[in-house]
Amino acid sequence: MRRAIVFTVAFLLPGLAWSDDRRTGYDDMNADLQALQDDPMNPATFWVLDGERLWSEPAGTTAQSCADCHGSAEDSMQGVAARYPSFDESSGTAVDLLGRIALCQSRHQQTAQPRDRSDPDRLALLAYVTHQSRGLPIMPDEDPRLAPARARGEALFSSRMGQLNLSCAQCHDDNAGGYLAAARIPQAHPTGYPQYRLEWETIGSLDRRLAGCMTGVRADPFAPGSPELVALELFLKSRAAGLTVEALPIRP
Amino acid sequence: MSVLINIPDSAAPGEIIEIKLLIQHPMETGFRTGPDGALVPRDIIESVTCLYLGEEVFRADLYPAITANPFVGFHLRADTTGEIEFIWTDNAGVTSREARTLTVA
Repeated sequence: MRRAIVFTVAFLLPGLAWSDDRRTGYDDMNADLQALQDDPMNPATFWVLDGERLWSEPAGTTAQSCADCHGSAEDSMQGVAARYPSFDESSGTAVDLLGRIALCQSRHQQTAQPRDRSDPDRLALLAYVTHQSRGLPIMPDEDPRLAPARARGEALFSSRMGQLNLSCAQCHDDNAGGYLAAARIPQAHPTGYPQYRLEWETIGSLDRRLAGCMTGVRADPFAPGSPELVALELFLKSRAAGLTVEALPIRP
Repeated sequence: MSVLINIPDSAAPGEIIEIKLLIQHPMETGFRTGPDGALVPRDIIESVTCLYLGEEVFRADLYPAITANPFVGFHLRADTTGEIEFIWTDNAGVTSREARTLTVA
């Protein structure tokens, strides 16, 4: 109940600082992994560097680069990852940052779209853009048109699913801080995506993480980039409002 | 594939310096199957060598159990100003090189 009140406050007053008992995945990692994340020479850096290169590389039939429109990412992309998902005017739906990059590529660069939404080059761009928000507080977009999707995400978070018939909330609210086998159950704050997981040996988006959880409860995962996953991300981001964006994090 | 090399620019004569190397590489074991059920071919770095002024000062053999994006760290005594060269070879025989200059003064 207490946590429910905290979340209500977080939802009503996004962006305000308050004292709370929220813990990020970083807080729950051991000192060795925290040291690996804090060392700039960690494997996630490769994707940030790849993204930096791709940012100014012309692509698609229009032969435009991201930099041609957006200029220097250090300026134009600062804080962007901290407020996504956002509302896309022309499709009238909520989009996450990876979806926004895909839309930009198809609308403005007119690139051939890869079959995999999490194509390595696109993930590298996502990593580079997210890196520009490191250390900033998560500030959910307050556009009222996002409210229905956010409410849907909140409903999904507490919906039982899969053969194990478990909801996200049953682990990440009711049993956060406990253990699932040897792994500590986190409070599920999406403070840093994409992230380098030692388990994956590469970086992955929030899509991939959520699909992993859904497979874990033996549910059929939502498709990458589906409205359900964007809705869940919207809810999780408002729940994590005010926490610091990590870019890029290392997770076990 | 890129590489991150952490090495001091300069050192005092006789100083022990730490060299850290992080190589971007999938280190595919050759034991895993892909989505089509077929084995994914092995793709690993087999050896990492460091030359200081052309002389071998460090070598490591790597095996399939080593993680992707392997990290290699070692120490070296800095005696003379010169080039430190890193050479790594994968199981297909492809060799990559990268060099840094160390100033000893």
